[in-house]
Amino acid sequence: MASAPLNTRAGKRKKKRFYLVLTSLTVLALAVGLVLSALEDSISLYLDPTDLIERNIPQGQHVRLGGLVAEDSFTKADDGLTYHFDITDGANTVTVVYKGALPDLFREGQGVVVEGAQGDAGIFIASEVLAKHDENYMPKEVIDSLKKRGLYKQAEEESL
Amino acid sequence: MLMHKFANPARFLRISKIIAPWCFILTMISLVIGLYWGLFIAPDDYQMGSAYRIIFVHVPASYMSMFCYGFMAFASAVGIIWKHPLADQSARAAAPIGAAFTALALFTGSLWGKPMWGTYWIWDARLTSELVLLFLYFGYMAVWQAVDDQSKAARIAAIVALVGVINVPIIKFSVDWWNTLHQPASIIKSGGASIHPDMLWPLLICILAFNLYFITILLWRIQSLILQRQIRGLRLRIAEGTNNG
Repeated sequence: MASAPLNTRAGKRKKKRFYLVLTSLTVLALAVGLVLSALEDSISLYLDPTDLIERNIPQGQHVRLGGLVAEDSFTKADDGLTYHFDITDGANTVTVVYKGALPDLFREGQGVVVEGAQGDAGIFIASEVLAKHDENYMPKEVIDSLKKRGLYKQAEEESL
Repeated sequence: MLMHKFANPARFLRISKIIAPWCFILTMISLVIGLYWGLFIAPDDYQMGSAYRIIFVHVPASYMSMFCYGFMAFASAVGIIWKHPLADQSARAAAPIGAAFTALALFTGSLWGKPMWGTYWIWDARLTSELVLLFLYFGYMAVWQAVDDQSKAARIAAIVALVGVINVPIIKFSVDWWNTLHQPASIIKSGGASIHPDMLWPLLICILAFNLYFITILLWRIQSLILQRQIRGLRLRIAEGTNNG
Protein backbone atom coordinates (compact mmCIF):
# COMPACT_ATOMS: atom_id res chain seq x y z
CA MET A 1 0.00 0.00 0.00
CA ALA A 2 1.43 3.36 -1.00
CA SER A 3 1.14 6.10 1.58
CA ALA A 4 -1.31 8.74 0.49
CA PRO A 5 -0.03 12.30 0.34
CA LEU A 6 -1.68 14.51 2.93
CA ASN A 7 -3.32 16.85 0.44
CA THR A 8 -5.51 14.12 -1.09
CA ARG A 9 -8.96 13.40 0.26
CA ALA A 10 -7.81 10.09 1.80
CA GLY A 11 -4.86 11.90 3.39
CA LYS A 12 -7.16 14.50 4.91
CA ARG A 13 -9.37 11.77 6.34
CA LYS A 14 -6.35 10.12 7.94
CA LYS A 15 -5.27 13.40 9.45
CA LYS A 16 -8.76 13.95 10.79
CA ARG A 17 -8.85 10.49 12.34
CA PHE A 18 -5.42 11.10 13.89
CA TYR A 19 -6.61 14.26 15.63
CA LEU A 20 -9.84 12.57 16.63
CA VAL A 21 -7.93 9.77 18.39
CA LEU A 22 -5.57 12.29 20.00
CA THR A 23 -8.36 14.54 21.28
CA SER A 24 -10.48 11.64 22.55
CA LEU A 25 -7.55 10.22 24.49
CA THR A 26 -6.71 13.61 26.01
CA VAL A 27 -10.29 14.23 27.10
CA LEU A 28 -10.55 10.70 28.48
CA ALA A 29 -7.27 11.08 30.40
CA LEU A 30 -8.48 14.36 31.91
CA ALA A 31 -11.80 12.82 32.94
CA VAL A 32 -10.15 9.79 34.52
CA GLY A 33 -7.63 12.06 36.25
CA LEU A 34 -10.41 14.14 37.79
CA VAL A 35 -12.31 11.06 38.97
CA LEU A 36 -9.20 9.51 40.50
CA SER A 37 -8.19 12.69 42.31
CA ALA A 38 -11.74 13.01 43.68
CA LEU A 39 -11.58 9.42 44.92
CA GLU A 40 -8.08 9.77 46.36
CA ASP A 41 -9.12 8.96 49.93
CA SER A 42 -10.94 5.77 49.07
CA ILE A 43 -8.19 4.55 46.72
CA SER A 44 -5.46 4.98 49.31
CA LEU A 45 -5.08 1.78 51.27
CA TYR A 46 -4.40 3.17 54.72
CA LEU A 47 -4.28 6.22 56.99
CA ASP A 48 -1.08 7.22 58.69
CA PRO A 49 -1.07 8.03 62.42
CA THR A 50 -1.40 11.77 61.73
CA ASP A 51 -4.53 11.16 59.59
CA LEU A 52 -5.97 8.94 62.29
CA ILE A 53 -5.56 11.61 64.96
CA GLU A 54 -6.51 14.63 62.82
CA ARG A 55 -9.67 13.10 61.40
CA ASN A 56 -11.03 12.06 64.80
CA ILE A 57 -11.90 8.57 63.59
CA PRO A 58 -14.51 7.37 66.12
CA GLN A 59 -13.81 4.39 68.37
CA GLY A 60 -14.79 1.09 66.85
CA GLN A 61 -14.76 2.29 63.22
CA HIS A 62 -12.91 -0.19 61.02
CA VAL A 63 -9.88 1.39 59.31
CA ARG A 64 -6.40 0.53 58.05
CA LEU A 65 -3.44 2.22 59.65
CA GLY A 66 0.02 2.27 58.09
CA GLY A 67 3.50 3.47 59.01
CA LEU A 68 6.83 2.29 60.39
CA VAL A 69 7.08 0.09 63.47
CA ALA A 70 8.81 2.39 65.97
CA GLU A 71 12.25 1.27 67.21
CA ASP A 72 12.30 -0.40 70.67
CA SER A 73 8.50 -0.42 70.87
CA PHE A 74 7.85 -4.10 70.15
CA THR A 75 6.89 -6.27 73.13
CA LYS A 76 5.44 -9.75 73.39
CA ALA A 77 2.92 -10.50 76.13
CA ASP A 78 3.27 -13.48 78.49
CA ASP A 79 0.79 -15.59 76.52
CA GLY A 80 3.28 -15.54 73.62
CA LEU A 81 0.59 -14.56 71.11
CA THR A 82 -0.23 -10.94 71.89
CA TYR A 83 2.05 -8.21 70.61
CA HIS A 84 2.31 -4.52 71.40
CA PHE A 85 4.11 -2.06 69.12
CA ASP A 86 3.95 1.57 68.06
CA ILE A 87 3.30 2.72 64.51
CA THR A 88 4.85 6.05 63.64
CA ASP A 89 4.91 8.36 60.62
CA GLY A 90 7.61 10.58 62.11
CA ALA A 91 5.17 13.17 63.44
CA ASN A 92 2.70 11.06 65.40
CA THR A 93 2.68 7.62 67.00
CA VAL A 94 -0.15 5.18 67.68
CA THR A 95 0.17 2.13 69.94
CA VAL A 96 -1.18 -1.07 68.44
CA VAL A 97 -2.13 -4.34 70.11
CA TYR A 98 -2.43 -7.49 68.01
CA LYS A 99 -3.08 -11.14 68.73
CA GLY A 100 -2.09 -13.56 66.00
CA ALA A 101 0.73 -14.58 63.69
CA LEU A 102 3.05 -11.92 62.27
CA PRO A 103 4.33 -12.01 58.66
CA ASP A 104 8.01 -12.79 57.92
CA LEU A 105 8.97 -9.22 57.13
CA PHE A 106 7.58 -7.78 60.36
CA ARG A 107 10.30 -6.04 62.38
CA GLU A 108 11.08 -2.72 64.02
CA GLY A 109 11.85 0.04 61.54
CA GLN A 110 9.88 -1.77 58.84
CA GLY A 111 6.66 -0.54 57.22
CA VAL A 112 3.41 -2.23 58.23
CA VAL A 113 -0.28 -1.89 57.48
CA VAL A 114 -2.67 -2.99 60.23
CA GLU A 115 -6.42 -3.40 60.03
CA GLY A 116 -8.67 -2.81 63.03
CA ALA A 117 -10.24 -0.07 65.11
CA GLN A 118 -9.43 2.38 67.87
CA GLY A 119 -10.12 0.93 71.29
CA ASP A 120 -10.15 2.54 74.73
CA ALA A 121 -7.21 4.62 75.91
CA GLY A 122 -6.10 5.44 72.39
CA ILE A 123 -4.83 1.95 71.70
CA PHE A 124 -5.46 0.60 68.21
CA ILE A 125 -6.75 -2.98 68.28
CA ALA A 126 -5.59 -4.75 65.14
CA SER A 127 -7.26 -7.80 63.67
CA GLU A 128 -4.75 -8.18 60.87
CA VAL A 129 -1.10 -7.15 60.44
CA LEU A 130 0.51 -6.93 57.00
CA ALA A 131 4.19 -6.17 56.46
CA LYS A 132 5.21 -3.74 53.74
CA HIS A 133 8.39 -4.36 51.80
CA ASP A 134 10.45 -1.35 50.74
CA GLU A 135 12.02 -0.89 47.31
CA ASN A 136 15.54 -1.87 48.42
CA TYR A 137 17.15 -5.17 47.47
CA MET A 138 20.58 -5.80 48.98
CA PRO A 139 22.79 -8.84 49.50
CA LYS A 140 23.28 -9.74 53.16
CA GLU A 141 27.07 -9.38 52.85
CA VAL A 142 26.75 -5.79 51.65
CA ILE A 143 24.56 -4.85 54.62
CA ASP A 144 26.98 -6.62 57.00
CA SER A 145 30.00 -4.76 55.68
CA LEU A 146 28.11 -1.46 55.74
CA LYS A 147 27.19 -2.16 59.36
CA LYS A 148 30.79 -3.03 60.18
CA ARG A 149 31.92 0.32 58.86
CA GLY A 150 29.07 2.08 60.67
CA LEU A 151 27.60 3.37 57.41
CA TYR A 152 24.37 1.38 57.34
CA LYS A 153 22.25 3.69 59.53
CA GLN A 154 23.51 6.67 57.66
CA ALA A 155 22.61 5.20 54.29
CA GLU A 156 19.18 4.31 55.60
CA GLU A 157 18.55 7.81 56.86
CA GLU A 158 19.64 9.31 53.57
CA SER A 159 17.20 7.16 51.68
CA LEU A 160 14.26 8.29 53.84
CA MET B 1 8.00 4.67 3.78
CA LEU B 2 9.57 1.83 5.74
CA MET B 3 6.44 1.13 7.75
CA HIS B 4 4.40 0.62 4.62
CA LYS B 5 6.96 -1.79 3.21
CA PHE B 6 6.61 -3.97 6.31
CA ALA B 7 2.88 -3.47 6.27
CA ASN B 8 2.47 -5.60 3.17
CA PRO B 9 1.27 -8.96 4.59
CA ALA B 10 3.14 -11.07 2.03
CA ARG B 11 6.39 -9.22 2.67
CA PHE B 12 5.78 -9.41 6.42
CA LEU B 13 5.39 -13.19 6.18
CA ARG B 14 8.64 -13.49 4.21
CA ILE B 15 10.69 -11.33 6.58
CA SER B 16 9.17 -12.60 9.83
CA LYS B 17 9.86 -16.21 8.82
CA ILE B 18 13.56 -15.31 8.75
CA ILE B 19 13.54 -13.24 11.97
CA ALA B 20 11.30 -15.38 14.21
CA PRO B 21 13.59 -18.44 14.58
CA TRP B 22 16.49 -16.19 15.58
CA CYS B 23 14.32 -14.41 18.13
CA PHE B 24 13.34 -17.81 19.50
CA ILE B 25 16.97 -18.91 19.87
CA LEU B 26 17.92 -15.61 21.55
CA THR B 27 14.91 -15.94 23.87
CA MET B 28 16.04 -19.37 25.00
CA ILE B 29 19.65 -18.31 25.54
CA SER B 30 18.79 -15.15 27.51
CA LEU B 31 16.10 -16.93 29.50
CA VAL B 32 18.45 -19.72 30.58
CA ILE B 33 21.24 -17.27 31.47
CA GLY B 34 18.91 -14.82 33.24
CA LEU B 35 17.02 -17.42 35.25
CA TYR B 36 20.11 -19.46 36.16
CA TRP B 37 21.98 -16.32 37.23
CA GLY B 38 18.97 -14.99 39.12
CA LEU B 39 17.86 -18.20 40.80
CA PHE B 40 21.22 -19.81 41.59
CA ILE B 41 24.10 -17.30 41.44
CA ALA B 42 22.67 -13.96 42.64
CA PRO B 43 23.17 -13.39 46.39
CA ASP B 44 20.40 -13.73 48.99
CA ASP B 45 18.54 -10.61 50.03
CA TYR B 46 19.38 -9.30 53.50
CA GLN B 47 15.73 -9.38 54.60
CA MET B 48 13.98 -11.96 52.46
CA GLY B 49 16.71 -14.52 51.90
CA SER B 50 15.91 -16.52 48.78
CA ALA B 51 12.24 -15.57 48.69
CA TYR B 52 13.04 -12.38 46.79
CA ARG B 53 14.11 -14.47 43.77
CA ILE B 54 10.53 -14.43 42.53
CA ILE B 55 11.33 -10.94 41.18
CA PHE B 56 13.23 -12.61 38.32
CA VAL B 57 9.86 -13.77 37.00
CA HIS B 58 7.47 -11.30 38.63
CA VAL B 59 9.17 -8.06 37.56
CA PRO B 60 9.67 -9.01 33.86
CA ALA B 61 6.10 -10.37 33.67
CA SER B 62 4.62 -7.21 35.21
CA TYR B 63 6.72 -4.97 32.99
CA MET B 64 5.73 -6.93 29.88
CA SER B 65 2.06 -6.89 30.88
CA MET B 66 2.17 -3.09 30.55
CA PHE B 67 4.55 -2.96 27.58
CA CYS B 68 2.37 -5.41 25.66
CA TYR B 69 -0.71 -3.30 26.32
CA GLY B 70 1.13 -0.20 25.14
CA PHE B 71 2.06 -2.04 21.95
CA MET B 72 -1.53 -3.22 21.48
CA ALA B 73 -2.88 0.32 21.93
CA PHE B 74 -0.30 1.75 19.53
CA ALA B 75 -1.08 -0.86 16.87
CA SER B 76 -4.79 -0.21 17.41
CA ALA B 77 -4.28 3.54 16.89
CA VAL B 78 -2.39 2.83 13.66
CA GLY B 79 -5.21 0.49 12.63
CA ILE B 80 -7.88 3.13 13.28
CA ILE B 81 -6.03 6.01 11.64
CA TRP B 82 -4.40 4.31 8.64
CA LYS B 83 -6.94 1.47 8.32
CA HIS B 84 -4.26 -1.11 7.78
CA PRO B 85 -5.25 -4.73 8.47
CA LEU B 86 -1.72 -5.75 9.52
CA ALA B 87 -1.85 -3.23 12.39
CA ASP B 88 -5.18 -4.69 13.54
CA GLN B 89 -3.78 -8.21 13.35
CA SER B 90 -0.67 -7.16 15.33
CA ALA B 91 -2.83 -5.75 18.11
CA ARG B 92 -5.01 -8.85 18.05
CA ALA B 93 -1.96 -11.12 18.18
CA ALA B 94 -0.51 -9.28 21.18
CA ALA B 95 -3.60 -9.53 23.42
CA PRO B 96 -3.36 -13.17 24.64
CA ILE B 97 0.39 -12.78 25.23
CA GLY B 98 -0.24 -9.70 27.35
CA ALA B 99 -3.02 -11.44 29.23
CA ALA B 100 -0.67 -14.34 30.00
CA PHE B 101 2.02 -11.95 31.30
CA THR B 102 -0.58 -10.19 33.46
CA ALA B 103 -1.86 -13.46 34.91
CA LEU B 104 1.72 -14.56 35.61
CA ALA B 105 2.49 -11.24 37.33
CA LEU B 106 -0.62 -11.50 39.51
CA PHE B 107 0.05 -15.16 40.34
CA THR B 108 3.74 -14.78 41.25
CA GLY B 109 3.01 -11.62 43.23
CA SER B 110 0.33 -13.44 45.18
CA LEU B 111 2.67 -16.37 45.95
CA TRP B 112 5.24 -13.94 47.32
CA GLY B 113 2.64 -11.86 49.13
CA LYS B 114 1.44 -14.62 51.42
CA PRO B 115 4.71 -15.23 53.32
CA MET B 116 6.09 -11.67 53.03
CA TRP B 117 3.09 -9.39 53.44
CA GLY B 118 0.88 -11.90 55.21
CA THR B 119 -1.81 -12.03 52.52
CA TYR B 120 -2.30 -13.42 49.01
CA TRP B 121 -4.32 -10.44 47.90
CA ILE B 122 -5.18 -6.90 48.95
CA TRP B 123 -7.29 -4.33 47.11
CA ASP B 124 -4.61 -1.67 46.94
CA ALA B 125 -4.21 0.60 43.92
CA ARG B 126 -1.36 -1.40 42.31
CA LEU B 127 -2.94 -4.84 42.58
CA THR B 128 -6.40 -3.62 41.62
CA SER B 129 -5.20 -1.70 38.54
CA GLU B 130 -3.18 -4.74 37.41
CA LEU B 131 -6.30 -6.90 37.77
CA VAL B 132 -8.22 -4.31 35.72
CA LEU B 133 -5.51 -4.73 33.06
CA LEU B 134 -6.24 -8.46 32.90
CA PHE B 135 -9.95 -7.75 32.40
CA LEU B 136 -9.13 -5.19 29.69
CA TYR B 137 -7.20 -7.90 27.81
CA PHE B 138 -10.14 -10.30 28.24
CA GLY B 139 -12.58 -7.63 27.04
CA TYR B 140 -10.42 -6.87 24.01
CA MET B 141 -10.20 -10.57 23.07
CA ALA B 142 -13.94 -11.03 23.65
CA VAL B 143 -14.72 -8.30 21.08
CA TRP B 144 -12.79 -10.19 18.39
CA GLN B 145 -14.69 -13.36 19.32
CA ALA B 146 -18.11 -11.76 19.52
CA VAL B 147 -18.20 -9.64 16.36
CA ASP B 148 -18.39 -11.64 13.11
CA ASP B 149 -17.53 -8.86 10.68
CA GLN B 150 -13.74 -8.69 10.98
CA SER B 151 -13.29 -5.04 10.00
CA LYS B 152 -16.01 -4.03 12.44
CA ALA B 153 -14.44 -6.19 15.16
CA ALA B 154 -11.08 -4.52 14.51
CA ARG B 155 -12.60 -1.06 14.95
CA ILE B 156 -14.46 -1.85 18.18
CA ALA B 157 -11.51 -3.75 19.64
CA ALA B 158 -9.19 -0.85 18.81
CA ILE B 159 -11.45 1.55 20.71
CA VAL B 160 -11.43 -0.80 23.73
CA ALA B 161 -7.62 -0.95 23.56
CA LEU B 162 -7.28 2.83 23.30
CA VAL B 163 -9.69 3.57 26.14
CA GLY B 164 -7.91 1.03 28.35
CA VAL B 165 -4.45 2.45 27.70
CA ILE B 166 -5.24 5.10 30.35
CA ASN B 167 -4.81 2.28 32.87
CA VAL B 168 -1.12 1.74 32.01
CA PRO B 169 0.23 4.97 33.59
CA ILE B 170 -2.18 4.39 36.48
CA ILE B 171 -0.54 1.01 37.17
CA LYS B 172 2.95 2.46 36.85
CA PHE B 173 2.37 5.44 39.15
CA SER B 174 -0.21 3.89 41.50
CA VAL B 175 2.50 3.29 44.10
CA ASP B 176 3.48 6.99 44.01
CA TRP B 177 0.02 8.53 43.86
CA TRP B 178 -1.64 6.51 46.63
CA ASN B 179 -0.80 4.59 49.79
CA THR B 180 -0.39 0.99 48.73
CA LEU B 181 0.85 -2.22 50.29
CA HIS B 182 2.89 -2.86 47.15
CA GLN B 183 6.39 -1.40 47.30
CA PRO B 184 7.39 1.57 45.11
CA ALA B 185 9.45 1.19 41.93
CA SER B 186 13.00 -0.19 42.31
CA ILE B 187 14.41 0.13 38.78
CA ILE B 188 12.82 3.01 36.86
CA LYS B 189 12.79 5.80 39.43
CA SER B 190 14.55 9.05 40.20
CA GLY B 191 17.90 8.59 41.92
CA GLY B 192 18.69 5.31 40.13
CA ALA B 193 17.83 1.71 40.86
CA SER B 194 17.63 0.58 44.47
CA ILE B 195 18.60 -2.98 43.66
CA HIS B 196 22.16 -4.07 44.20
CA PRO B 197 23.99 -4.59 40.83
CA ASP B 198 24.54 -8.30 41.63
CA MET B 199 20.76 -8.71 41.59
CA LEU B 200 19.97 -6.07 38.99
CA TRP B 201 22.01 -7.59 36.14
CA PRO B 202 20.28 -10.98 36.09
CA LEU B 203 16.97 -9.13 36.43
CA LEU B 204 17.74 -6.99 33.35
CA ILE B 205 18.66 -10.13 31.40
CA CYS B 206 15.35 -11.72 32.42
CA ILE B 207 13.53 -8.60 31.24
CA LEU B 208 15.38 -8.83 27.91
CA ALA B 209 14.45 -12.52 27.65
CA PHE B 210 10.76 -11.76 28.27
CA ASN B 211 10.92 -9.04 25.60
CA LEU B 212 12.42 -11.46 23.08
CA TYR B 213 9.84 -14.05 24.04
CA PHE B 214 7.11 -11.49 23.34
CA ILE B 215 8.57 -10.66 19.91
CA THR B 216 8.90 -14.36 18.99
CA ILE B 217 5.35 -15.31 19.98
CA LEU B 218 3.99 -12.10 18.45
CA LEU B 219 5.60 -12.84 15.06
CA TRP B 220 4.30 -16.42 15.12
CA ARG B 221 0.81 -15.31 16.06
CA ILE B 222 0.67 -12.59 13.38
CA GLN B 223 1.84 -15.17 10.82
CA SER B 224 -0.93 -17.54 11.79
CA LEU B 225 -3.56 -14.77 11.78
CA ILE B 226 -2.49 -13.72 8.26
CA LEU B 227 -2.68 -17.33 7.09
CA GLN B 228 -6.10 -17.72 8.72
CA ARG B 229 -7.35 -14.71 6.77
CA GLN B 230 -5.94 -16.09 3.55
CA ILE B 231 -7.59 -19.48 4.15
CA ARG B 232 -10.88 -17.79 4.87
CA GLY B 233 -10.54 -15.78 1.66
CA LEU B 234 -9.82 -18.96 -0.34
CA ARG B 235 -12.79 -20.79 1.23
CA LEU B 236 -15.08 -17.91 0.31
CA ARG B 237 -13.84 -17.95 -3.25
CA ILE B 238 -14.31 -21.73 -3.50
CA ALA B 239 -17.84 -21.40 -2.09
CA GLU B 240 -18.64 -18.70 -4.62
CA GLY B 241 -17.17 -20.84 -7.38
CA THR B 242 -19.37 -23.83 -6.53
CA ASN B 243 -22.43 -21.60 -6.28
CA ASN B 244 -21.80 -20.12 -9.69
CA GLY B 245 -20.94 -23.48 -11.23
